[in-house]
Amino acid sequence: MAKAEKLQVQGEMKEMRLQEALREALRYEMARDKRVFVFGEDVALFGGAYGVTRGLLQEFGDSRVRDTPISEAGMVGLAVGAAINGMRPVVEIQFCDLLPLCMDQLVTHAARYHYMTGGRISVPIVIRNKFGTRPGGGPSHSSCNHGAFVHFPGLKIIIPTTPADGKGLLLSAIRDPNPVLCFESHHLYGVKGPVPEGDYTVPIGVAAVRREGKDLTIVTCGGMILKADEAAVELKSKGIDVEIVDLRSLAPLDKETILKSVAKTKRAMVVDEGPMVGGVTSEIAAVIQENLFSDLKGPVVRVGAQHIPPPHSPPLVEAMIPDVDRIVRAALRLVEGKKPS
Amino acid sequence: MLSTAKREEMLRMMIKLRAFEEKLEELYQKRAMYGSTHSYRGQEAVAVGVCSALEPRDLVASYHRGTGHLIAKGADLYRLMCECMGRLEGYSKGRGGKMHMGDMSFGFLGNTGTVGATVPIATGAALAAQLRGSKEVVVSFLGDGAMNQGVVHEAMNFAGIWKLPVIYVCENNLYAMTVSVEKSIAIKHVAERAKGYGFEGKVIDGNDVELVYAETLEAAEKGRAGGGATFLECLTYRWDGHFGGDPGTGYRRKEEIEEWKRRCPIKRLKEKLIAEKNLGAGEFDMMSAAVYSELDEVTKRALASPMPAREFDLDSIYARSEVGHG
Repeated sequence: MAKAEKLQVQGEMKEMRLQEALREALRYEMARDKRVFVFGEDVALFGGAYGVTRGLLQEFGDSRVRDTPISEAGMVGLAVGAAINGMRPVVEIQFCDLLPLCMDQLVTHAARYHYMTGGRISVPIVIRNKFGTRPGGGPSHSSCNHGAFVHFPGLKIIIPTTPADGKGLLLSAIRDPNPVLCFESHHLYGVKGPVPEGDYTVPIGVAAVRREGKDLTIVTCGGMILKADEAAVELKSKGIDVEIVDLRSLAPLDKETILKSVAKTKRAMVVDEGPMVGGVTSEIAAVIQENLFSDLKGPVVRVGAQHIPPPHSPPLVEAMIPDVDRIVRAALRLVEGKKPS
Repeated sequence: MLSTAKREEMLRMMIKLRAFEEKLEELYQKRAMYGSTHSYRGQEAVAVGVCSALEPRDLVASYHRGTGHLIAKGADLYRLMCECMGRLEGYSKGRGGKMHMGDMSFGFLGNTGTVGATVPIATGAALAAQLRGSKEVVVSFLGDGAMNQGVVHEAMNFAGIWKLPVIYVCENNLYAMTVSVEKSIAIKHVAERAKGYGFEGKVIDGNDVELVYAETLEAAEKGRAGGGATFLECLTYRWDGHFGGDPGTGYRRKEEIEEWKRRCPIKRLKEKLIAEKNLGAGEFDMMSAAVYSELDEVTKRALASPMPAREFDLDSIYARSEVGHG
């Protein structure tokens, strides 16, 4: 682990998976703040499709932990109303593929309420959902549409990668006075790491440097952190020193950390599991070149998903989303200054 | 039976709603307001009957034709007028306009131009009341057009399964913009749908302010006592077109409009009070004149008030702290 990855906390730490760390945040805040309640499909008796809400029903009762009908748009709408009337709802949506069902409530109402009421009303809601492309999910159960939401002003968007960030970012999200979309990666739910006990928050809108390096900056988020890290190890063996910036939040975007890193390495690659067209990679590449064009030793390189719906079969999925080899090859081309073949 | 004072108060409020729409229409013609009007003339008994039956802590959510609900729930006429005119001192500082306001200081959850969108929001506010045990009830105003939006169905299902303290007040004015209910709803009365959600649905005369008041009071008491939701289908009619510039005649027969004008909710209560000798014709005229003159005064002030600066503020999209909650 590079020095930048170490947690700056004192006190007790506990080893746990991301899904448990997210549960820790929910438990901690539900115990502390009576206004917090959780609802969604299968979140109570079953404990959530990914086990994140397991045990909350037993601990907090069926008033504050509610199973809902299959009714995503209604859930988000109810959350907006409950928030305006003084509560702190946390909604679970099982797949990010289902967020389009909630678009009007999410992007036209939750996100715009504060602005459109002249600042009179804020909407503190958290919408948790799973994202990640993998074989077997197919076009309606394995999307990465996180980038699409960056377009809409008023939403905050977090993507925890480490278990510690899972707890710290979700706790910040529940306490935030604005609507927060929390994208939880399918690829990271089971990954273990140390998590601080007690009241531990990570600020929204602050990226993390996961690995320090001097030759190339890889900016990424979510499950792609695993592949970027693997690629960095391989590139190290080839003499290329990679720095990895984990965005953690897409909105607000921590431009400062991105630009500081790229100003140092003078080479930038953006890696994302979502489509490159109109997505995270295009936005960040634009931010980098607008600010650092004359300092760059080469073009900002993008390694993202192809612009197709997520397919079902493993080879088709492999062809769609970035892998370690694609990242390594793109890095070599960039560092060696060769034109892409 | 309602006291004379209460009924006079409702009569005055109905005149205020009508006068506001007439003033807006005048400003619209002069291009002194932005966007369109959505006149509430003809439907005044619904907003006034409902809001008069509520307690100050109760909440309402509205929609694009929302000026009547705003005024009846207690909005300040000056701030409302400023918002219609895109002025800085408007409820939303000119950012929202007539269709987008919200202020919990008088229990107004908000209105919006997406038909049906505030129905789940109202339902969620009722869920908050239930979770807290705070006993306020929530009124969700909606039109017949909203009844065919998916999210309205979802919200009403939630209200049914969780027995939420919400009253759905459906103002059936027979047309969704230009499309008649006969063309868009296959059953005679949308109130029948309430049965499918597990709560009571009633069809009432929406031009009878005293009846609307009584039905709302009953539904509110039921909601407060934990009896769940009620659906009130208020049969009414908008005198004007859907928006400023729509004469409202291309899709409606002249006779139909005239027939509904004869059922004017203001005239109805006025004549009743006069027949009971509880109001003199002269008193009514004075009441009416006072309302119109107040509105002239408000309009004058709003016209003299500042426009927002020509700038955008990226900070304004996020709240720094929690604001405006119940």
